[in-house]
Amino acid sequence: MLARALFQMGLLLLFPPLLLGVVNRTKSLFAGRKGLPLLQAYYDLAKLLRKGAVYSRTTTWTFRAGPAVGLASIAAAGLMMAVAGERALVSFAGDFVLFAYLLALARFFTALAALDTGSSFEGMGAAREVSFASMAEPALFLSLIVLARATGTLSLSGMLGRGLAPAWSTAAPALLLAAISLYVVALAENARIPVDDPNTHLELTMIHEVMVLDHSGPDLAFILYGAALKLFLFGAILVRLVLGHRFESLLAAEAAFVAGMVGFAILLGVTESVMARLRLVRVPQMLVGASVLSVFALVLLLR
Amino acid sequence: MILLLILVPLVLGSMAFAWPENRNRPVFLLVGAAAHAAGMIGLWVRNEPPVLDGFLFLDAVGKVALTATSTLFLACAVYAQGYLRRRDDRDNRVFVGGLLVLLSALTTVGVAQHLGLLWVAIELTTLATAPLIYFNRNARSLEAAWKYLLVCSLGIALALLGTFFLALAGAAPGGPRSLLVEDLVRAGPSLSKPWVRAAFVFLLVGYGTKMGLAPLHSWKPDAYGEAPGLLGALLSGAVTNFAFLSLARVYQVCRAAGEDAFARDALVGLGLLSMALAAVFMVGQRDFKRMLAYSSVEHMGILAVGLGLGGSAVAGAFFHSLNNGLSKGVLFLAAGNIHRAFGSKLTDHVRGAARRLPISGPLFLAGFLAVTGTPPFSPFFSEFVILNGAFGAGRFWVGGLFLLFMAVIFIGMGTTVLKVVQGDDAGTPSNPGFGDSWLTAAPPLVLMLVVLLLGLWLPRGLSDLFQSAARLVAGS
Amino acid sequence: MAAWIDMVFILVVVIDLFTLASSRLNAAIRAVALQGALLSVLPLLLASWEHEIGHVLVLSLGALAIKAILIPWLMFRAIREAAIRREVEPIIGFVPSMILGGVGVALAFAFSRGLPLPSPERHAYLVPTALATVWTGLLLVVSRKKAVNQVLGFLILENGVFVFGLLLAEFMPVMVEAGVLLDLFAAVFVMGIVMFHINREFSSLDTEKLTALKD
Repeated sequence: MLARALFQMGLLLLFPPLLLGVVNRTKSLFAGRKGLPLLQAYYDLAKLLRKGAVYSRTTTWTFRAGPAVGLASIAAAGLMMAVAGERALVSFAGDFVLFAYLLALARFFTALAALDTGSSFEGMGAAREVSFASMAEPALFLSLIVLARATGTLSLSGMLGRGLAPAWSTAAPALLLAAISLYVVALAENARIPVDDPNTHLELTMIHEVMVLDHSGPDLAFILYGAALKLFLFGAILVRLVLGHRFESLLAAEAAFVAGMVGFAILLGVTESVMARLRLVRVPQMLVGASVLSVFALVLLLR
Repeated sequence: MILLLILVPLVLGSMAFAWPENRNRPVFLLVGAAAHAAGMIGLWVRNEPPVLDGFLFLDAVGKVALTATSTLFLACAVYAQGYLRRRDDRDNRVFVGGLLVLLSALTTVGVAQHLGLLWVAIELTTLATAPLIYFNRNARSLEAAWKYLLVCSLGIALALLGTFFLALAGAAPGGPRSLLVEDLVRAGPSLSKPWVRAAFVFLLVGYGTKMGLAPLHSWKPDAYGEAPGLLGALLSGAVTNFAFLSLARVYQVCRAAGEDAFARDALVGLGLLSMALAAVFMVGQRDFKRMLAYSSVEHMGILAVGLGLGGSAVAGAFFHSLNNGLSKGVLFLAAGNIHRAFGSKLTDHVRGAARRLPISGPLFLAGFLAVTGTPPFSPFFSEFVILNGAFGAGRFWVGGLFLLFMAVIFIGMGTTVLKVVQGDDAGTPSNPGFGDSWLTAAPPLVLMLVVLLLGLWLPRGLSDLFQSAARLVAGS
Repeated sequence: MAAWIDMVFILVVVIDLFTLASSRLNAAIRAVALQGALLSVLPLLLASWEHEIGHVLVLSLGALAIKAILIPWLMFRAIREAAIRREVEPIIGFVPSMILGGVGVALAFAFSRGLPLPSPERHAYLVPTALATVWTGLLLVVSRKKAVNQVLGFLILENGVFVFGLLLAEFMPVMVEAGVLLDLFAAVFVMGIVMFHINREFSSLDTEKLTALKD
């Protein structure tokens, strides 16, 4: 029991920066470069933690609280995701709502911290991020509802665990559509191309990056790590959804999970390299499209 | 004979397409119309048994529409000789060929007993007439042709879906599994009711679009307004009649399946809506060809109401389809003459048509009187039968609204027509060389006399025909 | 086999939703071509071995040739002539169109419950797909401004009718299907010609310019 909890926490806490590394390496390979080392994110985090933070005189406690609350919320949400074995550390009926809103809490505090700086760039980024999130939320919930309906349970562990294998055999098209919709939501929530370019250095084109422009030192480390954690969580949902198969031994299941996460990161890198960033007016259309796909999946299930 | 009626215009049409001389190509129209009229007379004298495995047969319903069309086409063919000769600045290859193909397609609709064949023929009429609307080769007629093509094709596609639904209604094991009207009627109550109802909805929308029932009439004002008067006469006098015929056949099947209460309510509702819409848009209408289009919408509404009322009103509806065809012929041909003589179709520019065109002007006025139901012209009597049916069945609201809309339309149309016809034509634009000539003024005159004659004395043969058509469709 | 058929129907509906959302004419035409190709495979998948394989093959190949090759080629030529790339914001915006499309899909599934089929197991998704596709086509014709998009809407509507006609291929002769294909071909041919004239007359295929006639 304790071992399992330690293993789950360990995987949750240590794996995410590696995801970032894989994504960046895939993008570099596509561009014909050799790219950064896979463990670069860890080195960045270590470097940032050693530095001191600089705080502007115009900011208040919200600016200091933002990164901390953000990381704490995302980590708490991670407790509800089953990454080792079948059940998560925290699971109850309806926990997917808490999951979604913990992530929203993190976003809320990041936006609050951005507004606190009084800079127009951060304000612009916060406005964009929040409006896109408000459109991604229905898509996320609809996809999760499709999952809930297909497996018959209301807890994340149940949705992504035991009931999934039989659900794939009866409702495969609906689950596939839900998976596509979730992937689009993942792209939007994690500020990836085609919604936002994480590598841009032009503030007017940024959405997520510009919100965290003024953080430094450990605060920036928390934010970077929190983003990686969030990506990991979305990837975990997708990977467990797609790998609906039941594995015999725990070790095989975990190995498949890790392999699936790496695959997810590679897919993300490929998507980022192949697609161009969408015009801002088109992002709501894409998100509404994801919602409509989920609605279609739900209609298929309700039939 | 039936096959000849279909094939001869088709062959003549292909010959017209291939004929190199512009000046005497219109003769093909005359030959085709005369042959068709002769064939129709032959079929009146002695009816033929079904042809092609029962796919083609001239029953009472078809006979009504075909008689009206044959007469109208003959008049229009004579008119075309004069009109096209004056418009020899335009290449009339597509026009003449298209009109003959239209005649062939319309004949097929009239004799088709298979709903699939009926649908193919109606689609052909749309495709054959769309290029003809573009005869004047200007931006407005192009826009009208595009809207006509798109809206009517859309309606026809929905009608196809409805036809498929009907086929599926009969597809249960032991069902008729056919689209022949008599098979479907015979299997009547065993047809699957939800499918029949859904089929009726789609077919009403589809064929209603082709008829020009509101709210599916949006193409009518543009198409009739921009088409040459000759084409307008054929579209409003013949094509809409056949769309009504298709609707009547569908209603026949519905009634056999027991869904006729629903069908009748829908028909009466759409009919009254069409009359209401026509009334609204006719008041203050400055373009007298668009006004005629709204009049066509109104009359399609009257036909739908007649069919939907059932009982004795159905015979009145068939009588009205004949009257409407002929009166619209008069109106459109006369309007075409007026348009050409003044070079404009707006009441701002056209005054005193009676002076400049001593035959077409008064004919326009007479046609207006006929079409709005003034005695002693025949539309008065057919509308009277329908109204009689309404009040006799106790449907006082329907009858009352019917009268109200007719009154508004009379006033609205009257203002426009009187503005055009009366007064002095000094100071209006003029187009020399487009006055009244025998070839362009005699056909509408003859049609008008027929309308007057039918009002004064309806031959026994015709009234029997209407009764048997009503019996076939509505079983009164 | 049944799973493949279901996947094809679902893919057809997804393509419908995609065309409602796309503003690039190239992408929309390719999507409709793909839809046509999918539909041409359906007669082969749905045929039970009572039918003559010859009829079914002719139908499949005919549908493939007309829906997936010939008509998209006509459309591409029309765009090239008029040199247009994108649809302007339609009368019903892209997002409301998508939502209406989704609602239409849900309604199609709801309505098809009330329409009993002779053999419901085999064609569970057929009627809803047909109705949803017809609805999408209607929506496109009514709400789009570029003439090419309106013709695309008409194509999608005919695709929906074709799907429905597949049900009848078992009971009625292939004349039914041939009729659909012929109608499609003829109608689009004539529309193509009219579009050519529109482009020449107005130097654009924007039907917003066709607003001279009104009351």
